[in-house]
Amino acid sequence: MILDWLLPVLLSVALLLAVAGMLKRISLWRAGQPEKVNLFSGLMAMPRRYLVDLHHVVERDKYMSKTHVATAGGFVLSMVLILAVHLFGVESRWLSYALLGALVLMFVGALFVFKRRLNPPSRLSKGPWMRLPKSLLMFAVSFFIATLPAAGILPENFGGWVLAVVLAAGIVWGLGELVFGMGWGGPMKHAFAGSLHLAFHRRPERFGGGRSTGLKAVDLTASKLGVEKPTDFKWNQLLGFDACVQCGKCEAMCPAFAAGQPLNPKKLIQDMVVGLAGGSDAKFAGSPYPGIEVGKAEGGPNKTITEGLVSPDTLWSCTTCRACVEECPMMIEHVDAIVDMRRFLTLEKGNTPNKGAEVLDNLIATDNPNGFNPGSRMNWAADQNLRVLKDVKEVDVVFWVSDGAFDMRSQRILRAFVKVLKAANVDFAVLGDEERDSGDVARRLGDDATFQSLAKRNIAALSQYKFNRIVTTDPHAFHCLKNEYPELYPAGQKPDYDVLHHTTFINELVKAGLLNLEEFKGGTVTYHDPCYLGRYNGEYDSPRELLGELGIKLAEMERSGFRSRCCGGGGGAPITDIPGERRIADMRMAEIKEVGAELVAVGCQQCTAMLEGVVEPRAEVKDIAELVADALIEDDAPVSGKQSANKSAAKQKQAGEVAV
Amino acid sequence: MQPDKKFPDLRIKALISVGKHPGSGRARRAETDARAVEMGLKLAPKGLEVLHAGNPEEDSLRAYAGMGLQKLRIIAQGDNADAVPALSQYLRGETPDIVLTGVRAESGESSGMVPYLLGEALGWPVVTRLAEIVAIENGQAEVLQALPRGQRRSLKVPLPFVASVDMAAEAPRQSAFGPASRAELAAVNAQAEVTDAVKAGWSEAPARKRPKRLKVVKAKTAADRFKAATAKSSGDGGKVLRDQPATEMAQAVFDLLLEEGVIR
Repeated sequence: MILDWLLPVLLSVALLLAVAGMLKRISLWRAGQPEKVNLFSGLMAMPRRYLVDLHHVVERDKYMSKTHVATAGGFVLSMVLILAVHLFGVESRWLSYALLGALVLMFVGALFVFKRRLNPPSRLSKGPWMRLPKSLLMFAVSFFIATLPAAGILPENFGGWVLAVVLAAGIVWGLGELVFGMGWGGPMKHAFAGSLHLAFHRRPERFGGGRSTGLKAVDLTASKLGVEKPTDFKWNQLLGFDACVQCGKCEAMCPAFAAGQPLNPKKLIQDMVVGLAGGSDAKFAGSPYPGIEVGKAEGGPNKTITEGLVSPDTLWSCTTCRACVEECPMMIEHVDAIVDMRRFLTLEKGNTPNKGAEVLDNLIATDNPNGFNPGSRMNWAADQNLRVLKDVKEVDVVFWVSDGAFDMRSQRILRAFVKVLKAANVDFAVLGDEERDSGDVARRLGDDATFQSLAKRNIAALSQYKFNRIVTTDPHAFHCLKNEYPELYPAGQKPDYDVLHHTTFINELVKAGLLNLEEFKGGTVTYHDPCYLGRYNGEYDSPRELLGELGIKLAEMERSGFRSRCCGGGGGAPITDIPGERRIADMRMAEIKEVGAELVAVGCQQCTAMLEGVVEPRAEVKDIAELVADALIEDDAPVSGKQSANKSAAKQKQAGEVAV
Repeated sequence: MQPDKKFPDLRIKALISVGKHPGSGRARRAETDARAVEMGLKLAPKGLEVLHAGNPEEDSLRAYAGMGLQKLRIIAQGDNADAVPALSQYLRGETPDIVLTGVRAESGESSGMVPYLLGEALGWPVVTRLAEIVAIENGQAEVLQALPRGQRRSLKVPLPFVASVDMAAEAPRQSAFGPASRAELAAVNAQAEVTDAVKAGWSEAPARKRPKRLKVVKAKTAADRFKAATAKSSGDGGKVLRDQPATEMAQAVFDLLLEEGVIR
């Protein structure tokens, strides 16, 4: 029979061509910058990273996770068995039966892929991806029939040469897509690049339940700072771009995309793929950057990215909210790539848009983004009698005030938090004028030089004193202090303190019974998770527990927890201010309205500013510190608390009487 | 507003000083000096040399280089040396077409005298408070001088000349860290280092804040306020002299100064 000799030939040719394609792809990645990765232990850890960590992300979509397990599991298993049965000619009926089983599994999975593609959501890329389910089915069916004789179910020459030719055609199609296509850039590239990406991931700490969100520092003595061309990325970043499956989960979560700003994380990653391989984006079959036509972008490994491939506006639209990274089933690091490219624009080109340059100049000259006199940092606390570390030298808790000190709305949050600290008799002090901006905005705007300068001076200031913990009301400062400063400590030193967000800290105080709180009386409340507290630091529970302690039953929004939507205030986005069709804060407020909340609790002064910037009528915006401070029953005057409770009861009564 | 207005043959020197932030007192790129560099970069990116007289190790000068300069020329001299003799000596040897300066330094003496003294030393005309250089033709520059309240005066000046650049000129481009840190601070030794003996005897202290005159808003309507903010200052008794013999015009100025008691 024809297939007897044709099948091994087809298999060998497909495999050889696939390997050639893979080698070529590897050479494209290797054009990137060197980055130390432990190749062996990465490869060893890969199966676990795939089966556990990645599956954990995919599992959020149960339909897709089961479909993928069946399809991919069936394919890998049948490929191994096909090699045994059809290439090496192992004659075992049981092996053939196992192969048939694997192919049925794959077929069933492929049916569900097919069903998904009948009416695909807009986030999914079309083009070759629409062909994939058919190729999968073709592969499974062709090999199934071709294996029946080996399993002894059908006679050797069943169907004659007609069937043999039809089967051969099906097998060529199937092998072409699933084996050849893996090395030569078809949809199945994701299996090859994806598994290596997992093995050589730039943030291996993310696997095994860990977290790695701090941006990596720039070597300021390098001959070029940031990423200008695709080859300026680290090689494993290029590899990561190639792992993208174009599922568009990032696109569905991206606040800038939803607001009609010219950013689509999926398109950005695909443009990086265009850049690393060379060519144009004409074949891209997904949603475009809002307002920018597909097909005009061209790039190459050694071409400047922002000249022809990606518009700078696309890079500056990002709020660094990390929703795309959190959502990506391939664990691609979009934000790292965006900030790398911003670094080039700011540090080499001096091209930070809109107010960017002014803010950076202010940070350099005055250590705060608005150019206030650095000596006036403590003015907000003129009536607070705060202890300053310069005087006390040693303290339990350092209260990191942050730049909220210069903003009148944020000062209300700071005062509320001080009231809480005092009520719980916490031994705390502030750095006063020795504190500087944490460097968050500078770093997200790409100015790592200014970030590092601020961070090092902050570290030097902190190093003079003895304390156990830093608590801050600003999640951005919290993230910098906790995740980004340790890398910048002088060699041989590391921070010997914990960094806490105020919601975590107050929650501890309440649990220890140090605060006496009265029940919250008010309407429906919802909670808005700040990106830099939630996704960046995994703190979703403390704020909710604390609100529970106040007797608040939260009306949760659909986008909450790790799927919370950004307020639009991160990543320097309000400074670069790239125009869109809507405002991100307005969209968020609409979601708040949707759950009927009269009050939205937040844990970030930036979120407060953004959400309060939405025109009335809208929900009231309050920081959790303010809610706690309002609910405090002060120890020395327990009666007054009761009195006020009585008073409000009386008021309600009066109101009732009037109504009657 | 400004299309490509480049004059490739033009030789421009922009003089820079170490600025001082009014809030923090930290060294920085001085605001008007940076505008002078910006103007130079716009007019003649190739023919621009940026010049400083002072400490050749002064790193805060790199903020100017971050605007895209590969080299800063520094006439090395001590802290108490007078900048003018060193600069005029150097400029005499270089024969530039235009020398741009800021209006006044942000630290040190801050007298705003450098452009005048340089003009005197070189024998060149001095134009103060430039907002823009509109055109350069036949050895003559057409410039706009900034006057208070957004007014402009159009002047024609023969090259070469010295000009101070006003805050009204185009804002300087962003300074980028990469080029700034890689730029060469090319030092030459001052040929004529003249120690400023008077300055050496001074001690510097922060200025005492002067009491502010209370602002009484007289305007009742928005239109009034707009007028107050934009209208020409109404100095009366002024007299415009034009196209008359120079001696007559000089005599008129002299008479006025005598009448006002400026000279006796």
